[in-house]
Amino acid sequence: FKYRVVSVSSYRRASRGLWTSVQRLLATTGGTDSQLPPFPSQARVVICGGGIVGTSVAYHLAKLGWTDIVLLEQGRLGAGTTRLCAGIVSVAKPISVECQMANYSLNLYQQLEEETGVKTGYANTGSLCLAQNQDRLLSLKRLASRLKVLGISCNVIKSKAVAKLHPLVNIHDLVGALHLPDDAVVSPPDVNHALAVAAAQHGVQILERTTVQQVLVENGHVMAVETDRGSIECEYFVNCAGQWAYELGQASEMKVSIPLHGCEHFYLLTKPLPENLSANNPVVLDMDGRVYVRNWQGGLLSGGFEKNPKPIFTEGRNQLEIQNMQEDWDHFEPMLSSLLRRMPGLESAEILQLVNCPESFTPDMRCLMGETPGVSGYFVLAGMNSSGLAFAGGGGKYLAEWMTYGYPSTDVWPLDIKRFGNLQSSRTFLRHRVMEVMPLLYDLKVPRWDFQTGRQLRTSPLYDRLDTQGARWMEKHGFERPKYFIPQGKDLLSLDQSKTFYKPDWFDIVGAEVKCCKEAVCVVDMSSFTKFELTSTEGEALDLLQHLCANDLDVPVGHIVHTGMLNKRGGYENDCSVVRLSKNSFFIISPSDQPVHCWSWIKKHMPSDPNLHLEDVSWKFTALNLIGPRAMDVLAELSYVSMKPEHFPSMFCKEMSVGYANGIRVMSMTHTGEPGFMLYIPIEYALHVYNEVMSVGQKYGIRNAGYYGLRSLRIEKFFAFWGQDLNAFTTPLECGREFRVKFDKDMDFLGREALVQQRHDGVSRRFVMLVLEDHDTELDVWPWWGEPIYCNGRLAGTTTSSAYSYTLERHVCLGFVSTPPGPDGLPTPITPDFINRGDYEVDIAGQRYSAKAKLYPFSSLFTQQKRRKEDLELSNLQAK
Amino acid sequence: MYGRVYATILQKASGTLTLNVAASSQHLLLAFPSHPQSHLSSWVKSKSIPGICSDEKSENCSKSWRHCSTRQDLDFQLSRVQINNILRSSEQTVSVPEFDGKALSVVRKFESNQLAANTPNEDRRSAASCLQSKGMLFGVFDGHGGWACAQAVSERLLYYIAVAMMSKHGLEELEKCMEHDRPVPPILQWYKHHTDFIYRDSASLYIDHLRVFWQELLVNEEHDEGMSPQEALHCAFKRLDADISLEAQVPLSNDLMRSTAIQVAFAGCTACVAHVGMDGIHVANAGDCRAVLGVLNDDGSWSALPLSQDHNSENQAEVERIRAQHPPSERHSVITDDRLLGILMPLRAFGDMRFKWSSELQQSVLDALESGVDLDSLELYQYTPPNYLTPPYLDVTPDIRYHKLRPQDRFLILGTDGLWDELGNEEAVRLVGEHLSGVHLQAPVSPSEKQLRLGQMHKLLLKRRARASPTLDSNSATHLIRHALGTSDYRELSHERLASMLALPEDLARMYRDDITATVVYLNSDLVKRSPS
Repeated sequence: FKYRVVSVSSYRRASRGLWTSVQRLLATTGGTDSQLPPFPSQARVVICGGGIVGTSVAYHLAKLGWTDIVLLEQGRLGAGTTRLCAGIVSVAKPISVECQMANYSLNLYQQLEEETGVKTGYANTGSLCLAQNQDRLLSLKRLASRLKVLGISCNVIKSKAVAKLHPLVNIHDLVGALHLPDDAVVSPPDVNHALAVAAAQHGVQILERTTVQQVLVENGHVMAVETDRGSIECEYFVNCAGQWAYELGQASEMKVSIPLHGCEHFYLLTKPLPENLSANNPVVLDMDGRVYVRNWQGGLLSGGFEKNPKPIFTEGRNQLEIQNMQEDWDHFEPMLSSLLRRMPGLESAEILQLVNCPESFTPDMRCLMGETPGVSGYFVLAGMNSSGLAFAGGGGKYLAEWMTYGYPSTDVWPLDIKRFGNLQSSRTFLRHRVMEVMPLLYDLKVPRWDFQTGRQLRTSPLYDRLDTQGARWMEKHGFERPKYFIPQGKDLLSLDQSKTFYKPDWFDIVGAEVKCCKEAVCVVDMSSFTKFELTSTEGEALDLLQHLCANDLDVPVGHIVHTGMLNKRGGYENDCSVVRLSKNSFFIISPSDQPVHCWSWIKKHMPSDPNLHLEDVSWKFTALNLIGPRAMDVLAELSYVSMKPEHFPSMFCKEMSVGYANGIRVMSMTHTGEPGFMLYIPIEYALHVYNEVMSVGQKYGIRNAGYYGLRSLRIEKFFAFWGQDLNAFTTPLECGREFRVKFDKDMDFLGREALVQQRHDGVSRRFVMLVLEDHDTELDVWPWWGEPIYCNGRLAGTTTSSAYSYTLERHVCLGFVSTPPGPDGLPTPITPDFINRGDYEVDIAGQRYSAKAKLYPFSSLFTQQKRRKEDLELSNLQAK
Repeated sequence: MYGRVYATILQKASGTLTLNVAASSQHLLLAFPSHPQSHLSSWVKSKSIPGICSDEKSENCSKSWRHCSTRQDLDFQLSRVQINNILRSSEQTVSVPEFDGKALSVVRKFESNQLAANTPNEDRRSAASCLQSKGMLFGVFDGHGGWACAQAVSERLLYYIAVAMMSKHGLEELEKCMEHDRPVPPILQWYKHHTDFIYRDSASLYIDHLRVFWQELLVNEEHDEGMSPQEALHCAFKRLDADISLEAQVPLSNDLMRSTAIQVAFAGCTACVAHVGMDGIHVANAGDCRAVLGVLNDDGSWSALPLSQDHNSENQAEVERIRAQHPPSERHSVITDDRLLGILMPLRAFGDMRFKWSSELQQSVLDALESGVDLDSLELYQYTPPNYLTPPYLDVTPDIRYHKLRPQDRFLILGTDGLWDELGNEEAVRLVGEHLSGVHLQAPVSPSEKQLRLGQMHKLLLKRRARASPTLDSNSATHLIRHALGTSDYRELSHERLASMLALPEDLARMYRDDITATVVYLNSDLVKRSPS
C-alpha cells in the first residue's frame, strides 16, 4: 500500500486506502477472514478518536506493553483535523514541556518510516522564526536560551542569513530570526496511518465507523463505553476526540469537563511554482505577520492566526460540517497581505485551494492531558491549540506513561486537565476566550501578560471597592486578584500599555506598596486561595492528614502547620497551610489554582467513611492579609485584644471579633515572611471588616497593596510557590524544607520512603536564590522565569520565578541548580560549597548576568534577629 | 483654510492619541494677528473660530486659550461607547407607513442626524408630511452669524410651502376656522427630534403672518387648485424672506418678539428643501447645502445625481449672475476672497439684511432699537460690509430642479456643507448605498475568481474589503457623519481619528469641522415601478 497524497482532494481516497490497509493488517494479525473484525465486548483500554492524537496514545500504550486496546473512530482514521492540518512540526513552543513534547515527536516521526515501512512525508527542512521588531527578537532569544537547556540546537541569525536559507523571503523589514535546523514537515495523514499501522502491529484493535455514545461510570470509575455498535466493558477510557472532546465529556454518565472550543483555521495551497523550489526550504514562521509558510508539493502552503478568529461548533457537534467547511477569502485577506509582503515573489503564484480546517483551542493556550478529576480511569488528551501534530507524539508518550506508572516521566502540571474545573466549562466563556487565545499564539508575550476575555467571573465582595481605588487586576482560576493600585492622579491609560521586557512602569507603584508593607501596614485581598475544611467525628481527619502530609499535624488546637502533600516519589502534589480548628477539624489553605487537583488528590486517598467529611469552603471566606509592623496595632484597636507576639505568637490561629463582626479567623502569618495577620472573614462581613480596617488603619498609614508587591516580598524572602517553583518532581529536601518533614516521628506518610532514601543518597539538585549582580534594572532586560542558570560556565539549571527586591535593590531569581554528573554518569550529591563557591550566571535572552547564589534568605543572614528555624514562617501560597 | 492646516496638525497629533492644546494654541496665536481679515469673516461663514469679530474679542479669545494652555495635556481619547453616544445623540429614524389609508407613500423611511461643531449648533433640519399634497417635505438649513435665522426658517418655511400648494377651497376652510376660533385643520405632520426647539414667543406672530400670506393667496384669482410644487417652493422662499425682513422693520409690542425678529433678520441661513411626491422630487436650494440622489445602476454599483447646485463662488454662473446685477465698477469688489463683499461664503441666503437693506434702512432699524434693546445681548455684530454701494447684494430666490422618479432612484441625501466638505457626492452615495444593501453580506469570492493568481486575488480582496467595511450604525445619516469625520488618509475608517475629532473642546471644534446635518430619504422604488408612467 505505497501511496502518496498528491492533493487535498485525494485525501479522502487516501484514507479509504488506509482503512483497507488497516483492515488487511487486522486480518493478518487477528487471523480472522471476515470482512469486519468482530465487535469486542470487552477491552482494557478504549481510546476514542482515530486522529493523530488517538493513534499516538494507542501506539505508546502498546509500546509500553499494554494489550487489549481498542481504538474507536466515528468516521475514518484521520478524518478530522488531522486530515487537513498543515504538517509542520516545530519545537518553537511557549513552554519547555511543550518544546520537549515537540522534540520527541520530531524524533518519533523521523524513525516511523523505518519502523513501519509507511512513508510519512518526513522532510527535515528546519524552520525560521522571523522577527520584525526588537521585542520579537528578544522573545526569540529567550526561546533560544530555553531550547539550549533542553539540548535542542538553534541559532539566532541575522536577516541576511535568512535570505540565504530561503530565497523567497523579503528581509527588508526584519531585524533577525531564529533558525531551528531540526524542525521538519510531514504529511499528517501519513503519520497518522503509520502510527495506526504500528499500533495494529502491536495488537491494537482499530474500529472505524464506530461512534461513542456514552461512557458509563460506576463508583466513580469508568466501567464501559456505549457505542452505536454495542457496548465495550473497559477499565480505562481515553478521550482523544479533538473537536468533539468537550461534548463527549458531557456525554459521560458523570459529566467530565473538557474545556475546549473550535475555531476555523485557514490556509492557502498554491499550485507548483514555476521556479523550482528546493524541497528543503525551511518552514517560515512570521509571527509578527501572523503567517506561516511551508513547501507543499512544489508549491507553498501558508496559513495564519488572525486577530479576529471565527469560533465554531459552539452549539455542538456536527461531523458533517467539518467535511464541508466554507472557505472565506475575505477573512483570509489580512493573512494574504502579510504573506505577499513577506514573499512578494508569490504575486504570480496560482491558487490551488483555500482550506478551512477547524482547530480546537483551550482557555490558556495549552493542551489538556491526564486523568479527569471526577472519574477515575477516564483520561484525556485533546485541545491541541493547532499544534496537534507537534504534540501528538510527546503527548501520547506522556499519557501512556501516566496510565502505566501513575504519572509521566516529567512534570506536566501546565498541561494537566486538573488545572481546570467546571468553572471553565461554560460555552460562552470558552467561545470568548478562544477568540483571544487563537491570535495569542502568534502575539508577542511579554512578562506578566494577562488574559483579557472571560474575566470578572469570580470576585471578592470587595472587588468594586478596590477597583474604585485604582486596583489593576489579574486572574487566576477565574478569580480576580489585584496586581497593584494606581495612585490618584496617575495616568491610567499609559499604565495599561506597560507591556515590556524591560522595566515596567508600575515599578515605582509597587515599590511604594512594598515600602508600606515594610514600614507601616498594607491590606491585600487574597480571597482567591483554595480553602477546604476536613472534619470527622473521631480521629479520622487527623489520620488522613498524617498520611497525606509530610509535616506533623498532631499539634495543639489553634496551631498552623505548613506542609507539603507528597506523592510516592516524595514530590509536591500540593503545598498548603493547615490549621487545626479543633481536635477533629482542619482548615486547609492551598494555592488558588489547586481547587480541582488538590480536591481530587485528597479524595483519591480518602477512605469512604461517612464520618469523614471534606468540604470546599473557598467561597465562604474573604481573606484579607494585613502585612507590616503596624498590623498588630490595627487589629488590637479593632478587637480590644493584644496582638503582640507574646500574646499572639507566630503561626497561630484564633477566632475573634474584628469591629462588629464576630467569628473572624485571625492567623498570624502573611505568606511573605513579613509580620502581620491573615483574616479569614465570612463573606457577609467582608465589607464591614475592610472598612473598619481601613478607617482605623488610617493613622498607621494603611494602604491597599497587590500581588506584585507580595511576589517581590516572598521572593526576596526565598519563599517557594507551588505550581511555579515546586512541582510533583520536587522534594522537600531539594528546597531546604527538611524541617517540615516528620522524619523524627515514627509515622508513615505518603512519600516517606522516597525521602528517606533521598536523605541517605543526598540531593543532587537544590533550590537556590540568585541575586543578580551586574544587572542594570533601568536598562537591561528583566528576568521572568525559565532562564538558564550557569555555574562555572556549565549549564546547571533554570530559574522558576523572579522579582525585583526593593530591599536589596537587586533582581532576585529563584531556581534549581544541580551538580554535574559523576564519572559514572550518576548524579552526585550537591554540597553547600557547590552553591557558595560557584560562579553563577543567569542567561536572560542570550545575555549572561553574574549572580550570587544563596541557600538562605538575606533577612536571616543579615538581620541581627535570631529566629528559630521552626518559627520562620515559610509559606508559598502566593502566585508568581 | 486654517481649518485644513489645523486638521493636519490634528491628524499628526491623533496618532499619539493625546493632543497638546498648549502647542496648537501657539500656532493659533501666531496665525491670527497676521491675517486680520479672517476675524471679520469668521462669524459669517468660515472655517475659523466663531465669535471673533474685533480685536478686542480676539484678545479675549487668546486669553481664554492661554488659560487653556496652562491645563495639563487634554485627554482626547474617547471610548467607542462614548463616540457612539456623541454621534447618535441627535439621530432620527422615521419609518413612513406605506399606506396611510388614502394613498401610497413614495417615501419608505428617512434617517437624519446632526453633529454640532459650533456651540450651539447653527444647523437646523425639518421634515414633515404635507397633508394636502400627500408629498413629504424635507429641509436642511445652515445658519450663519448665529442660529436664529436657521431656527426661524426651519420652523416656518414648510408651512409657507404647504400653504402655497393648498387649493383655494382648503385655504378658505383654514380662514373660516381662524375667523371663528375653531380648531384649525392640520397642514403638516411634523417629524421632530426630541431636541428640536421652537420659538414659542414668536409663534403667534408667525401664524399671523402665515395667515396674511394665505389671505393674499385667497384674493388671487389664479389660485384655484393651488400652486405646483415648483411655484410653491419659489413663492414660499421669497415670501418668508420678505416676512423676515418686514418683521424686523415694524415696531413690535413685545420686546422678546422684537429682539427675536432682529436676530433672525441680521443672522442668515442657507436652505435646501425637497418635496418628494408621487410625481417626483422637487428640490429648491438657496446657498451651499446640497441634495444628491442615489441611483442604483444595473451592474449593482451606485452613482450620484446632484439635484441642486451650490451657490458659492465656485459656481461661476452664480458669480456672473451677481456681478450682472451691479455696476461694472463693482465687478471686482462684489466677490472678493471667494466671498460676497469679502465676507459671506454662500451667495444666496435667508436673512442677512446687512446685505439686502440699504445702509439707511439698516441704520434706522438699529437706531430705533437702541433705545430699548441692548444690542450686545442680541449678539449682533456691528459692522458694515465694505463697498456696500448698490444693495441688495443678496437674495433668496431658490434654484428649483425637478426630477421624475425612476425605479433605480433609491434615496435622496440632503446635507449641509459640513457634510459635503468632507465627502464627495459619489462617496456619500456609495456609503449610503452599501449601508442600504448591506454589502457586508456580499457574495463569497466566486469560483472563477479562484483561478486568479495570488497577487490578483489580493487586489480583489482589498477592493472587497474597502467596500465592505462593516457598518456600525443602523442610521445611515450617522453612518455618513462617522465616515465624514473618521475616514483617514487611507480611505478607511479610523477610530482614533474619529475619537480625536469628537473629543475636541468646544472652543476648538469649529476649526476642524463644520456643523454637519444629513438627512437620507429612502424612496419606495417598487411604487415607482408599479405606477403608470
